[in-house]
Amino acid sequence: MSAQAPVAPAPAGGVAPATTFEPVIIGFTCNWCSYRAADLAGTARTKYPPNVRLIRLMCSGRLDPTFVLKAFSEGADAVLVSGCHPGECHYIEQNYKALRRFKLLQRTIESLGIEPQRLQLVWASAAEGVRLANEIARVTEEVRAIGPLNWPVGNIVDIDGVSLEAAWEATGGDAEGPPETADCVDPEPEPEAAR
Amino acid sequence: MSPIAGSNGSGTAAARPPAKPKLAIFGAASCGGCDIAIVNIHEHIVDVANAFDIVLWPTVMDGKYSDIEALADGEIAVTLVSGSMRTNETVHLARLLRRKSQIMVSFGSCASEGCIPGLANLSSRKQIIDTAFSTSSTDNPDNLRPVWECEVPEGVLHLPEFEPVLRTLDQVVDVDYTIPGCPPESNQIWAALEAVVKALNGTGPLPPKGSVLGAGNSTVCDECARKRDVKKIDRFVRIQQVAGFDPEICLLEQGLPCNGPATRNGCGALCPAVSAPCIGCYGAAEGVVDYGARLMSAYASVVQAIKPEEIDKVLDGIPDPVGQFYRFSLAGSLLHSSRSAWQDDGE
Repeated sequence: MSAQAPVAPAPAGGVAPATTFEPVIIGFTCNWCSYRAADLAGTARTKYPPNVRLIRLMCSGRLDPTFVLKAFSEGADAVLVSGCHPGECHYIEQNYKALRRFKLLQRTIESLGIEPQRLQLVWASAAEGVRLANEIARVTEEVRAIGPLNWPVGNIVDIDGVSLEAAWEATGGDAEGPPETADCVDPEPEPEAAR
Repeated sequence: MSPIAGSNGSGTAAARPPAKPKLAIFGAASCGGCDIAIVNIHEHIVDVANAFDIVLWPTVMDGKYSDIEALADGEIAVTLVSGSMRTNETVHLARLLRRKSQIMVSFGSCASEGCIPGLANLSSRKQIIDTAFSTSSTDNPDNLRPVWECEVPEGVLHLPEFEPVLRTLDQVVDVDYTIPGCPPESNQIWAALEAVVKALNGTGPLPPKGSVLGAGNSTVCDECARKRDVKKIDRFVRIQQVAGFDPEICLLEQGLPCNGPATRNGCGALCPAVSAPCIGCYGAAEGVVDYGARLMSAYASVVQAIKPEEIDKVLDGIPDPVGQFYRFSLAGSLLHSSRSAWQDDGE
């Protein structure tokens, strides 16, 4: 084992240099179709990029929009939602609900400046292992082309020292350390505050 | 630590009654409506004055920040902060008050989730300042812009600096309790203050840290008297497009985007009672991580369309998704601001 792991594994063929941006994609799959498709891709040794991290839900209709926003806010570059084809949902019609949530989410994230390619919906039946693998590869390349998202975390634990606070420091703003209830040390009062 | 009663130049305190706990009320970036709501507790305001020694309340009394700096750490019993963190001055004061206070309360929607000022997180500082200083309604022939630092013969003047994004109080300091609402209902304010007064008197338990005070644990729908049974809609309408709404049936079922399903109860469902949709001023219901996500989920469930183009047609009825889903909660939401805001170019 070398001391330093390689930056990123070169894709098959070894065309891309080691510094290629490797997107992190969270994939939500349904238990009955798309997860089985991914499983089939695995057993059939169909290769797809390791950039996608698949999470199994019982149904695409279980996809709470919170999951998608949380993924973006915690470092995912893209989210792939996948479920049974329309009309083939194990729970009758819940994938239509997923479709409507997906469409609402896309409108919302676009208003916030997130490219629509970062949220994609792919239908895949349990027999479509190759199709799902191809779609994952396509999404990966699309996201690789638009680059990292790097959405800054808004909560108190991470805000100090990460992107947002760094931006304030750069503009000469208040860059005190993370506040703590009991023993935080406030520096000398600023002149404008001590009127 | 033994708190000393406020000495506002009234001589030595030899035979004073026992010191009252200190109260500070501070409005950061807010409209002042929260202060009015506090005054609106009517005669109970006398009870507040009896129970507390008010050390800071810029809206109604004189008070100097230097007096707060002179207090010992933890000397203020309760601080209510009723605005969001927009400038480095408000951030500094929130941190100062946090250090001086035993209990820090995020009071109202601005402090808790950003509220209407939080919608500024859709724009960069440059866009905000350009809009404020160079639109047709502004008389600014020299196209001047504010500067945070200015040298004059007497020395250097400082103005509070506008931060790239607006933050909620709990993104800046540790918060003990939250009182939601825009503004909080006055009866709820008194109920919350009474609980704290009782706890300070030793006649009641202090609510667990992190509690939401002065509100319910359910949704506005739960308090709303309107009937819900169909839970199916085929279009969204805007309030001015329909002559009259059925006074008995759920507004969302009548196609009016109503935020009741995601909003915490506690207001008494006042808006839907008069055929105005809930706009979500009481913030996220208990257990909701992201207000807009919960609402998107709810709306997606009631829309009946199943074909992509039909769905798009229905969703076109919500022309401003962020304004609809995050009107009061953008700054406190998972994504908190638009990319143009957080990628601030420093003007």
